[in-house]
Amino acid sequence: MKHSTFLLFTLPSLSVMFLFIAIPIVSVFIQSLHIEHKQVIIVSENCDPFGCETTTSVDTEASAKLKEKAPLGKFNGFKTYSNRMHFAFDEIGEAWNSSDSFIAFVKKIYNYPLYRALSFTLTYTFVVTPFVLFLGFLVALGVNNLPKLLKGPTIFASLLPMIVTPLVGSLILFWMVDGDGVIGATLQKIFNDNSLSLKASPVLTWVMLMVYGIWHLMPFSFIVFYAGLQTVPHETIEAATIDGASKFQRTRHVVIPHLMPLAIFITLILLMDNFRVFEPIISFRAEAHATSISWLIWNHLRESAYPLYNAAGATSMITIFCVGILLLPVLIRTWRDFNEKNKG
Amino acid sequence: MFLKKLILGGLTALFFSSSLFAADCGPNGQSIRILASDFPAIHAIANSAESNCAGSASEFTRNHTTEARQIMNAAQTPDPAEYTSVIVANSTLVQLMNDGLVRPLNDLVEKYGGNLKSNQLITIDGKIMAIAFMANSQHMYYRTDILDKAGVDGMPATYDEIISAAEKIRSAGIMEHPLVMNLKVGWNVGEVFNTIYLAHGGEFFKQGSAEASINNAKGIAALETMKALVEYAHPDHLTQASDDTQGLWEAGQAAIGFMWGSRGGVILDNEGSSAEVTSNTVLSAAPTVTGGSIPGATLWWDGITIATNVSDSEAEATFAALVSGMTSEMVAANNDDAIWLIDGFKPGPAAAGVSATAQGGAKSYPMFAQMGLLHNALGAELVDFLKGSESAEQALSDVEAVYETAAKDAGYL
Repeated sequence: MKHSTFLLFTLPSLSVMFLFIAIPIVSVFIQSLHIEHKQVIIVSENCDPFGCETTTSVDTEASAKLKEKAPLGKFNGFKTYSNRMHFAFDEIGEAWNSSDSFIAFVKKIYNYPLYRALSFTLTYTFVVTPFVLFLGFLVALGVNNLPKLLKGPTIFASLLPMIVTPLVGSLILFWMVDGDGVIGATLQKIFNDNSLSLKASPVLTWVMLMVYGIWHLMPFSFIVFYAGLQTVPHETIEAATIDGASKFQRTRHVVIPHLMPLAIFITLILLMDNFRVFEPIISFRAEAHATSISWLIWNHLRESAYPLYNAAGATSMITIFCVGILLLPVLIRTWRDFNEKNKG
Repeated sequence: MFLKKLILGGLTALFFSSSLFAADCGPNGQSIRILASDFPAIHAIANSAESNCAGSASEFTRNHTTEARQIMNAAQTPDPAEYTSVIVANSTLVQLMNDGLVRPLNDLVEKYGGNLKSNQLITIDGKIMAIAFMANSQHMYYRTDILDKAGVDGMPATYDEIISAAEKIRSAGIMEHPLVMNLKVGWNVGEVFNTIYLAHGGEFFKQGSAEASINNAKGIAALETMKALVEYAHPDHLTQASDDTQGLWEAGQAAIGFMWGSRGGVILDNEGSSAEVTSNTVLSAAPTVTGGSIPGATLWWDGITIATNVSDSEAEATFAALVSGMTSEMVAANNDDAIWLIDGFKPGPAAAGVSATAQGGAKSYPMFAQMGLLHNALGAELVDFLKGSESAEQALSDVEAVYETAAKDAGYL
């Protein structure tokens, strides 16, 4: 294909990407460098049905004048990135100097929202991704070996966790693990402990969220692997069988290498998806024990009276940066494979 | 047939009586658009405004949503605003006022406010910014039968008495977790701290500034009290908000509750619970600290406001319509839906808790412009302490640090 034809072909999608992806990212970045203007605060006497109190209120006229001059807000540089809500450089320096052991230092770091969120987000990503890959592959193999009659219904049933809206799916599970729910009450009975609560223990909450994540995402890797299994060449399998390869050996040496590009694709998507874990934290009401990077962004914006656009913007930029780092090894590998193929 | 006639007759009489004293609806042919939260008392006010004045208005629309707080600033900022009136509470009035989205009502009150009582007027530096119509607060709920069974004399009135009563219930083997409180991470857990901190006589900010001042002896005492209470709360307490605690109460799984007054009517009615629970549930004042006098609660009011960014005649018609609904007839018809601040309210058992709490001298929810930011910080940072992984001092200094960062970004410091 000529370069100009290629360019013309991709022009619509490139321009849409520029308009709806590149520009918003730049605008979010610019927003993250600015904070709100100083609010002009006045002390005021406030009376309600229960009596009078001295409080403060915002002098809206004076504040509006400031806003008119510079609608973006006050330029703050990268201070939002370095403050306590994000990388907390000053606080960490202090923690390093005042801690006598590495564990004490890590404990102190865990007190800052970004690091706390990162620790859950990364654990979630690196636990859920391999499980989903592996289990999805097993399910695909299993379904592939089923008699034709059973295949359709089994595929449908296996896809259900993904069809159910994440919010609804996790809410259902949330009620089930309640002390009065099916799972919660059964566990209490098994361990003979009436105060056992999946929601009250940090470790169990993490486990619950990850099990939910695996349950919810497995159909995705299953269906992609299943599609891939249909393309495994019969000739190679037959040849391997004639050579005396067992079923396991055929899977190990023929099927898996054939599906490798797919596995890389799934890994890429899963890493990105899992890094942005959000809904289960909301519907499991797990904020006390587990927060994620996406939850932080939501948390910055949630209070409509005081939305912290700068903090949300900075956290978003950090998310993009982290996803980039996560994907880097996979991307480099793909790039190397591509180059080798072209040389060969 | 007789009954039908009676009802019909009653309705006709009502219709004639209301048309006899025809409500003053202000300028004709105006558009009235109301944004409000979604609970029975607000429906009652809006219904009565609509039946009085929808006829003379060109348009009368209502948007009742529990998410009103989240959309109100965005909806009211453009000119003309999306709604001519927003029905607010303490904290949401501040939220609108911070952006200058509500207008002073002094002239309108003079013209249409004949039936308003002076304690309904919410004034800020002498300017009337809202007209309150109902009150709400947290307070105690007790199951008298269980307290009796556990050998507790009378109803606990202080935090210490509550803790010892809970211990008695536990050691008597009646309930392992007799206490319910709204401790869901975020707003709810912050609000519980606010109430206990106020009971200890705490102040949230340094006088006349936006600098937080909660990391002090009173703050630590409040947290210790909170921790002692939480020992007796349901293990899942960090996930429980009003609906969940009400559910536990109605299921008979709790004996001592610290819940909203607005749940009183719903808990005491004969739906969703057994007679054993409802007949033994008693509502009483929020607790004080031992030897203290301030009930640990925040008093709330709900009231009407008028938008800044609408024409004067629309504002006038909206105000007249809403005020025309605040009558003793409306209160009589909806007596148990709220703790009404309007004449004609007869406090029933569902109102006992809020009345006792207000009379005991509880404080209003603080109306500082920057209060919401501190409340958010409390909601996020106290959890580590309650989980036992952090000291009270550390938790409070975290709250102040988080608040300071957010307040700087939002321009309050």
